[in-house]
Amino acid sequence: MKIDCKHVWGHISAYIDGDVDASLRVEIDRHLEHCEICSAVMDSTRNVVVLIADDRVFEIPAGFSERLHSRLDAVLQESSASS
Amino acid sequence: MIARILAGESQLFHALIRPLERPVFVMLFMLLRNESDAEDAAQETFIKVYRNLHTFRGDAKFSTWVLSIARNEGLGVLRKRSTRPEEPLEHLFEVGGETEQGDFTPALLTDWREVPLEALERKELRESLCRAILNLSPIYRDVVQLRDIDEMDVQETAELLGISQGSVKVRLHRARTMLQKELVTVLKEYATPAGSQGWRRLFGRRA
Repeated sequence: MKIDCKHVWGHISAYIDGDVDASLRVEIDRHLEHCEICSAVMDSTRNVVVLIADDRVFEIPAGFSERLHSRLDAVLQESSASS
Repeated sequence: MIARILAGESQLFHALIRPLERPVFVMLFMLLRNESDAEDAAQETFIKVYRNLHTFRGDAKFSTWVLSIARNEGLGVLRKRSTRPEEPLEHLFEVGGETEQGDFTPALLTDWREVPLEALERKELRESLCRAILNLSPIYRDVVQLRDIDEMDVQETAELLGISQGSVKVRLHRARTMLQKELVTVLKEYATPAGSQGWRRLFGRRA
């Protein structure tokens, strides 16, 4: 089976997740070796996936954890007092 | 730990939920798009988790259970907002999605130079990524958050969203394609200079 560019684009996400079967992976790898467009699409998509997973993208507000645990303390004390 | 908390060692609850503070906040921020509302909803979520801890049966992972409570909390806030005329409900409760028409072709390029993680020190880049994710329609934003940000597996994501595993994969594929299309032009400005070995770090890390 020889695959074309559109076929590769349809499997980019699964390929990144290691969720394509071995024979398809071989075909995609073979295609990527000679297709600079698909290689760049694959690399850029993988780059986006790596970047958005970083904790710095969505920042937690300063003091969030302290305020949360302080509120929880009040709830915990209230419930232990009532039990 | 849950059994000990239920048996009276309630202070252990703080430690139990620490790893979930961030995923819960991010989920609520993505739903509510407002830090203050997300923080309030996160507090309400963890209080509900504590009060309902005895109902947790262990059928799902604890993290999945907590995130589903957070999601319901966030959707509840949105429902309340939608009753206010000045804040119409965005298309948040749209259903389906797999038949949705759209352009899911990636941006075509002939070469790509890696944008290293160090580039995230720059606020403009973080804001661009954040904005691109928030601009996705909700069905795509949900899967990006759970799969790529919270790193949940396909099965957990499907359970939490109440959709099939196949739908999770289709939505994630489309979402990643849309993000690639949206972001490549912006990201090029942050790329590693040609000849650098930055790509080794990128490919050393499996998505």
